[in-house]
Amino acid sequence: MDNPNQRKRHALKVFEWFDSRLGLARPLTEAAQHPTPERSASWWYVFGSAATVLLVLQVITGILLALVYTPSAGEAWSSLQFLNHDVTLGWFLRAMHGWGSDFMIAIVLIHLVQVFLFGAYKFPRELTWIIGVFLLLLTLGMAFTGQVLRFDQDAYWGLGIGASIVSRFPLIGGPLVGLMLGGPIIGGPTLARFFALHVFVIPGILLVLVGLHVWMVLRLGINEWPMPGRIVSKASYAHEYHEETAKNGIPFVPDAAWKDAVFAAAILLSVMACALLLGPIGPTGQPDPTIIQTAPKPDFAFLWIYAVLAYLPPSLETPFIFIAPIVVIGGMLLLPLVAGEGEKHWSRRPVAVLMLAVIAVTLGTFTRLGTYTPWSPIMEAWSADTIPTRYLQDRSPLEREGALVLQNKQCRNCHALGGAGGMRGPALDNIAARMTEDQMIRQVLQGGGNMPAYGNALNPAETRALVSFLMTLRGKNLQPAVDSSRQLTTGSPEPLPAEQGGAATR
Amino acid sequence: MTRAHEHGAAAQPEGTAPDAATTAARAAAHSRRAFLFKLSLALNGAVGAVLAVPILGYVLGPALKKNASYNAWVSLGPIADFPEGETRLVDYRNPVTMASDGETGNAACWVRHIEGRKFQVFAINCAHLGCPVRWFPQSKLFLCPCHGGAYYEDGARASGPPERGLFEYQYTVAGNHLLIEAGSLPTLATEACAKKKPLIQIAPQDAAADDANPARSS
Repeated sequence: MDNPNQRKRHALKVFEWFDSRLGLARPLTEAAQHPTPERSASWWYVFGSAATVLLVLQVITGILLALVYTPSAGEAWSSLQFLNHDVTLGWFLRAMHGWGSDFMIAIVLIHLVQVFLFGAYKFPRELTWIIGVFLLLLTLGMAFTGQVLRFDQDAYWGLGIGASIVSRFPLIGGPLVGLMLGGPIIGGPTLARFFALHVFVIPGILLVLVGLHVWMVLRLGINEWPMPGRIVSKASYAHEYHEETAKNGIPFVPDAAWKDAVFAAAILLSVMACALLLGPIGPTGQPDPTIIQTAPKPDFAFLWIYAVLAYLPPSLETPFIFIAPIVVIGGMLLLPLVAGEGEKHWSRRPVAVLMLAVIAVTLGTFTRLGTYTPWSPIMEAWSADTIPTRYLQDRSPLEREGALVLQNKQCRNCHALGGAGGMRGPALDNIAARMTEDQMIRQVLQGGGNMPAYGNALNPAETRALVSFLMTLRGKNLQPAVDSSRQLTTGSPEPLPAEQGGAATR
Repeated sequence: MTRAHEHGAAAQPEGTAPDAATTAARAAAHSRRAFLFKLSLALNGAVGAVLAVPILGYVLGPALKKNASYNAWVSLGPIADFPEGETRLVDYRNPVTMASDGETGNAACWVRHIEGRKFQVFAINCAHLGCPVRWFPQSKLFLCPCHGGAYYEDGARASGPPERGLFEYQYTVAGNHLLIEAGSLPTLATEACAKKKPLIQIAPQDAAADDANPARSS
């Protein structure tokens, strides 16, 4: 009968044996039960803990992948294939790690936005924010180095892009490239050093900083729910916060923590669902630089950078690449030091909200553009996309010959017709409504406005045929473009047929 | 708990009322220990500085080595493989590779045979961000799949984000074989050609560039 009691006493004894040596029971209990402002026990306050849970998931799945992965440039790609196809549930572990990384970036960003909107970075939590900025950078660093470890074509050319960016650094560009690649080419030492970064260096720093970040959250208390008109001042904040938690505080465990736990479980389930339904990410083709039939693209988190690099004017590119990160990261680091006091509520911080909206829309737009890369020529368009038949009906032989020229000279790689083809240049469906014959000849032969000159690739007959075909492209029977200066001088309403090569002599 | 307290108490220094003599002795001992502690810090600083030399040397090793020192002459095959007036993709093995490089030790370049013994050998890496450019003989253009950089047949910049033309390898014709000097990834900092072009190439190359692109000279 007294058996359960005896067992209980026995268990307590064992517990005491450990705790008398460890001494952790009291501080841990105190930390878990630290008072939280009642309103802060909110669904808005669950993202930080979810990010930490994802980090743990990444560490565990990462260690499991490292059991099989071979960090050698010659074997990494095939070890990933082995993981995908031959190791029991290897594909699922890879998928969990890949999707876990995407989720982690998303959750970290949402956490950052929430903290920014709720003014949580203000006194006395400035350093928590500053460490958080480094945690964001380290998370992105993990994503980039992880993308390199998925040693496929995208990883290889992604490293090439990285090396090209680094090489633009004034004076020490060359040595920096050597430092990054570990040798003269992207090869074995390159993968080895990115492996070391991804597996030892960045996670080590990340775990230490997460520890500090969480420690400060416990020490300073979770941010109270912002109220319009409640001003943060360094003189009175600590007192006010203490009063608030003493009056309205609830213990973090269990009163507030259940929401964190539920959300973390939901996120873990989502990662598993993505892994199960969408499968592992890559690898794409082999990392063989002699296979040039590839259109490399970075992972989702870096698509916006890829887009920005496409749109910058060449002369601005190098300064932008090196100055913009300093400004952005510096701005984020300085934010709590500059705006450490005052209103926390978003309704009283219109500039902050506007800034956030502008940044979000900008990043979103560039990422969206990065998903379909309108600036990239479509290399197969000239041989794969046909000319819509309606553009060929009732056309003269010369015009049809022009359509062939358009196709054979790869014009479609950059110009769409009937919605198919590249988007680097304007679509040509109604080109004759926008340009006169003279203007077309000039544009084709001399290029300009981001178009190469074709004077060397087209003979006069081809040019004549091409332009006569282009002259038939007037959308839904729009009026043809007219050179009004000619109308003035000749008084004729119809544009005169231009002579071959007339533009070049002007 | 109680046992912890006992341990704690045992660790305390004994004697609750030290007299003046022991206090002075302790102060002297303390200042000596404090000095020794500082000395030990200085010692470790010195050891750390010495230790930093091999560590930095190891880490910075690849950065300090001159890129040209990796370069070597590589044969691309007999000239007969390159018909005059054509531009062809050629694969070769990087002159310096390690066992762990695998297929990344392969490299490719575009060989343009102008005429006779006149060639141009371009890196496949776009001068913008290093993606592999593709040659289209019909429109006589190199196009980059990444950001749409375009180059003419002589490697000159045609349009798009690149600031300059394609990187060119230094070449020579030895016997009947075409050789290029290669060995490091061509980037803006480590140009394939290592900046020095053979004097003899200047005149014909410029002439070739001029008559290859009459449209641009206007």
